[in-house]
Amino acid sequence: MRPNISAFLSGLIFALGLGLSGMTDPANVLGFLDIAGHWDFRLAFVMGGAIAVHAALRPLIYKRKRPLFAAKFPVFSVSRVDRKLLVGAGLFGVGWGLGGYCPGPALTSLATGATQLLVFVPAMFAGMYLAQVLQARPSVSAGSPSLGTTPAP
Amino acid sequence: MDMTSSFLLPLLGGALIGLSASLLLLANGRVAGISGVVGSLLAPVRGDIAWRVLFFGGLLTGGLLLAWLRPASFAAPASPSPGGVALLVAAGLLVGFGSRLGNGCTSGHGVCGISRGSVRSIAATLTFMATGVLTVFLARHVF
Repeated sequence: MRPNISAFLSGLIFALGLGLSGMTDPANVLGFLDIAGHWDFRLAFVMGGAIAVHAALRPLIYKRKRPLFAAKFPVFSVSRVDRKLLVGAGLFGVGWGLGGYCPGPALTSLATGATQLLVFVPAMFAGMYLAQVLQARPSVSAGSPSLGTTPAP
Repeated sequence: MDMTSSFLLPLLGGALIGLSASLLLLANGRVAGISGVVGSLLAPVRGDIAWRVLFFGGLLTGGLLLAWLRPASFAAPASPSPGGVALLVAAGLLVGFGSRLGNGCTSGHGVCGISRGSVRSIAATLTFMATGVLTVFLARHVF
């Protein structure tokens, strides 16, 4: 029960952070990405604030032997940049620049029931499903862990 | 210039996101990468479902709270998207496909990954920032 409450609270706080920061309005996101126009730099502070807090708290959290309600902390394999990572991130950025939505803000905004999210979110899940099906094929996923079991990124 | 047009709210919102990621790590031992948290629900594994659904539920509940208390957080519901339905579908497909192929999105790579100094996440973030900027440049200033 308790891990479910903490996961719910974490999602809730995440959504409030996205909303207050301006990330849930695609106009802000596109303004941030438009460095050749009237560049709206404000969203840089979102990532800055998030990284500052998380980078400061992470070492304190990792002083514990294990998480509060789980057996172990995530273990990351050796950091290696490969083509799949760069192609995936590149395509993600194109979609982000087209619509102004990344997954967190899209799912948070879905709560408003706005038409554009009722189109965007199902398409996003379809894209996720496609990537997961493709990568589940042994020829594609050879040498890299399956996405379904990797706790991102 | 009101508060919303300054950097204070983005900074505060960002701090909340960092706090949320820290809570999920401390309590659940999980990385708050949204594409991974919800994407894995498409290939559910027994015993690894509830917390993902609850996190998703928290996001939606937060969205409802914002829509109620601070509707200006969102684009006007009636505002038509510039490129229409086809563009939204293409954007959604690319965001979903790319984030799963690249094993993370703005949150997983841009916040959690960079916070732990992951070279992969730094490379991914630079890449999606670059293609995002390029896409907006082409859409707004070329076509």
